[in-house]
Amino acid sequence: MAAAAPLFEVRGLVKRYGRKKVLDGIDFDLRRGECLVVLGRSGSGKSVTLRQLNGLEAPDEGSVLFEGIDLGELSERELFPLRRRIAMLFQSGALFDSMDVRENVAFPLREHTEMTDEEIDRRVAEVLALVDLPGIEKKLPSDLSGGMRKRVALARSLALDPEVVLFDEPTTGLDPVTSATIGRLIRDVQRRLGVTAVVVTHDLPLAHRVGDRLAFLDDGRFRFLGTWAEAEASDDPVLAGFLAGRDEE
Amino acid sequence: MDWVRNVLVAAGGLTLLTGRTFAALVRPRYEVGSWMNEAYQIGVRSLGVAAITTVFTGMVMALQTALSLPSLGIKYYIGTVVSKSLVRELSPVLTALVVGGRIGAGMTAEIGTMNVTEQIAALRSMAADPVKKLVVPKMVATLVMLPALTVLGDLLGILGGLVIGVFQLQLAPGLYINDVLDSLTLADVSSGIGKSFFFAYFITIVACYNGLTAEGGADGVGRATTNTVVLAAMLVLVSDFFLTKLFYVVT
Repeated sequence: MAAAAPLFEVRGLVKRYGRKKVLDGIDFDLRRGECLVVLGRSGSGKSVTLRQLNGLEAPDEGSVLFEGIDLGELSERELFPLRRRIAMLFQSGALFDSMDVRENVAFPLREHTEMTDEEIDRRVAEVLALVDLPGIEKKLPSDLSGGMRKRVALARSLALDPEVVLFDEPTTGLDPVTSATIGRLIRDVQRRLGVTAVVVTHDLPLAHRVGDRLAFLDDGRFRFLGTWAEAEASDDPVLAGFLAGRDEE
Repeated sequence: MDWVRNVLVAAGGLTLLTGRTFAALVRPRYEVGSWMNEAYQIGVRSLGVAAITTVFTGMVMALQTALSLPSLGIKYYIGTVVSKSLVRELSPVLTALVVGGRIGAGMTAEIGTMNVTEQIAALRSMAADPVKKLVVPKMVATLVMLPALTVLGDLLGILGGLVIGVFQLQLAPGLYINDVLDSLTLADVSSGIGKSFFFAYFITIVACYNGLTAEGGADGVGRATTNTVVLAAMLVLVSDFFLTKLFYVVT
């Protein structure tokens, strides 16, 4: 039996900012239901790679295919139906300051569904319970800790039952315990809801906890792409140095 | 020649944003609640500053005119001088400058902060159009409220002139009011209000464009906000000259 077609097919992805080439030919497939962790040093282009997957940024060369559709060929409005299926959790959470938690989580529901206020309230309570934050609907983002903001942002990203969730540095700036909680939530959500996930991070414990496969981004390319066992068996000194937290220079 | 390139980029960006804003404005759904909220923020909360500006301008106009030309008996025509200059020129321009500085800076700071904290990207990632959600409500509210504040400014400025006429120049109130009503024409009023629509558009589009293109954290937002206040004021003053010519031809 033929293997199912990949959900994402990324081919020859190149991205430049001015004269600087941040991505220099990225190739990978993402299978439905898996969790790919993208590792790399700060400034290596991990977040830029992630933003190609929902069309927030367009590649200068190469293509990103989602179910065979080339995102680079679509206009902003043509991307909207796909973005309802591909949620994103931003590094800062990116909650709307002017709205309380309830309105933040309800935002995608109000935008894209015909749900009544009661149905929206029920769904908001449901996804907040999923991220272990029941009953905080009335709080403003400014009243929340960094970890809570990220969990609320995770709840918002899950409100529409997405098929894919893109996580941009979900544990940056958090203490180890809260980071572990976020890691557990990502794994729970991924398993319970069956979503496909891409997690960009340099947090190795998180990567271990959630990743089915890992990609190591270095010099604008995936220097390694494979399972943890393959990564640990690799004789690449740069990858081994990164995983061991050693400065190779 | 970097500045030439920057000017061309900004002109292109402003033109594109204008097209996207008016396209999003006519496309359903119409978020009236959001428009009303912006109208309150932009209009109602600018009432005080607009009122003080125009009342005192009307008072100064009356005083200056009477004291500068005492021998011509001009005090009997104070109503004409104050009302014509206020309604055609001073009220729309000063209201646009003062209110525009306030609301333009606020718009750029709000959208710019949302931009540098990834909230605009978050909107896009949730399949929402930032122009529809942020720019359109501000444009609608300013296009309605700035002309409304200008009309209010006309009335308050004329009232300021009346206060000086009655209490300082010992004019009969009826004389002043009759003079105002006799001299003001529909063309004067429509010229002033017409200008304020253009000013509202300039202020909003510049403020929103600077917010949407702000980058580099708090420093970048600060620079964008300053740029909005300066550029919006320049656009109001320069366009006022051309609009004055235009409205004299049209009316």
